[in-house]
Amino acid sequence: MDLINNLSLGFGVAFTLQNLLYAFIGCLLGTLIGVLPGIGPVATIAMLLPATYALPPIAALIMLAGIYYGAQYGGSTTAILVNLPGESSSVVTVIDGYQMARKGRAGPALAAAGLGSFFAGCVGTLILAAFAAPLTEVAFKFGPAEYFSLMVLGLIGAVVLASGSLIKAVGMIVLGLLMGLIGTDVNSGVARYSFDIPELTDGIGFIVVAMGVFGYGEIIANLGQPEDKREVFTGKVKGLFPTGEDFRNMIPAVLRGTTIGSCLGILPGGGALLAAFAAYTIEKKTKLRPGEVPFGQGNIRGVAAPESANNAGSQTSFIPLLTLGIPPNAVMALMVGAMTIHNIQPGPQVMTSNPELFWGLIASMWLGNAMLIILNLPLIGMWIKLLTVPYRWLFPAIILFCAIGVYSTNNNTFDIWLVGFFGVVGYMFIKLGMEPAPLLLGFILGPMMEENLRRALLLSRGDWTVFVTRGLSASLLAAAVVLLIIVLLPSVKSKREEAFVEE
Amino acid sequence: MKIKSQKDFYSGLLYTLVGAAFAYGATSYNIGTGARMGPGYFPLLLGSILAIIGAIILFKSLVVETPTGDEVGSWAWKPLVFIIAGNLLFGVLLGGLPSIKLPGMGLIAAIYGTTLVVSMAGDKFKLQEVLILATVLSVMSYLAFIMLLKLQFPVWPTFISG
Repeated sequence: MDLINNLSLGFGVAFTLQNLLYAFIGCLLGTLIGVLPGIGPVATIAMLLPATYALPPIAALIMLAGIYYGAQYGGSTTAILVNLPGESSSVVTVIDGYQMARKGRAGPALAAAGLGSFFAGCVGTLILAAFAAPLTEVAFKFGPAEYFSLMVLGLIGAVVLASGSLIKAVGMIVLGLLMGLIGTDVNSGVARYSFDIPELTDGIGFIVVAMGVFGYGEIIANLGQPEDKREVFTGKVKGLFPTGEDFRNMIPAVLRGTTIGSCLGILPGGGALLAAFAAYTIEKKTKLRPGEVPFGQGNIRGVAAPESANNAGSQTSFIPLLTLGIPPNAVMALMVGAMTIHNIQPGPQVMTSNPELFWGLIASMWLGNAMLIILNLPLIGMWIKLLTVPYRWLFPAIILFCAIGVYSTNNNTFDIWLVGFFGVVGYMFIKLGMEPAPLLLGFILGPMMEENLRRALLLSRGDWTVFVTRGLSASLLAAAVVLLIIVLLPSVKSKREEAFVEE
Repeated sequence: MKIKSQKDFYSGLLYTLVGAAFAYGATSYNIGTGARMGPGYFPLLLGSILAIIGAIILFKSLVVETPTGDEVGSWAWKPLVFIIAGNLLFGVLLGGLPSIKLPGMGLIAAIYGTTLVVSMAGDKFKLQEVLILATVLSVMSYLAFIMLLKLQFPVWPTFISG
């Protein structure tokens, strides 16, 4: 079978002692930074990227996969223990997870999140491997018009799920797209918006934007809050492992969550987030077993289902990235940037031209996931301890590592001035209630969108109707419109605002 | 006219100004036509869209009632200033400022300087504690970035290492 052959090729590449070590280090670092309150996965990954620079591509990807999963899991840990969702998709985990922690059941909650995520990750990897090849075939039928429409759909999908005002989120995307255009235009060689600063002719590095807006901006906002309201449950964590009863409740929830996550994750836009919400809603609708804790008061299913859905979703969201080269969310946009640094341009050609890398990457995704379980279940106690480190020691270290990371990207102090600027901008975004994630997605997609628009219009001789006369492109745009209409429907609109009210 | 939502008012204003600036900047490049897009075409399009979006938000913020007025709230000036200053100091100490002939002091000095300044952004500042933190961070960074990852950093001041 092709699938087995491909996967074994991938695992053959990934399974060396050295790569396992990189996966381990990646996971360790990812969790270490991701667990810190106030640092979401985007900031974590941006901060740790420089650690992979010196590695060969495959090792770097494996380490990145480790960092990615570590950061995600670290985010769940903070969600459960500190009642602080590090990212929007763990918003629902907080509801029951934090209640479990308050009842001294933080251990089982973290284990449920970990085990559920691992199972979902395995399924997601299989789906990814199975669908990648046929979808790549489809990708080769894509012309520039289709790519452009797909990006529009992806961007719309991303804002629909962003919290807060829809139109402000659309504005953030456009702003991101514009910022992505700064630098030399590939076609004409004109340095756009560079103000004669030589460093700007290469464009702004995405790490600079990510660290400034997500890292610095968030830390300044955190410090602006009155002295810590966060409570950490350190003393009461006992009994790490879920009981038999927990397992009986958990398993069906994990299965349901995984199914939902795998399906929704493929959608461009924040599939993982939608999946987590959907999974939690479905769990709430199912009947409680006798003696089970109600939802909202620490039901283990309320942790297991959204966490597995989230992880399955983020796994399958690699499908649009790897087959079409289009990142579906801000975290994936960062991964694209990371891959480009290692001279890998994600897209359909990777699979045909460099199958070892492609399948190695898929195998490393699984490896990162597996490493997480091995690493985190025994070390939960340690992560909890880390949460008690006073914030006044943490934030100088975080700022410092951001600055070092930014500098090491180009060995240029100009990037340090720029990250300071984006820190101020990021803080302003937070103060004005502007969601920064769509900005990053637009920033990465900007040049790609322009290029595809240019080609599509060149082929059609300047005729804009090409986007609606080509079947595939028209249906992608139609999907984007439908998505917008659904969100703007009064009944959905109020529900959506309700869902984000907690943030 | 009274502002109904402060947050929306300022974000709308920001979008409008930035969008207009990008659109205006685009006019200095060759715009071209749809079939032959010049470097100014896409930015002009996007800049105009952003300015329009900003105008809509601005309009809504003046017309649509909000229960709380969506106030922006006070700015956390202290963390903002010290964190950004610490960040800039890192760059200055690490690489120096050629324009005023300030030599680079290297990574270790930059770590101490940054940690000191950034720590002032917090509520409590204890010099002794911060110095210990800076020492720990210096040792860790040296081990991780220089020894292990072999990143290219000037570690010591340029007048010592040459």
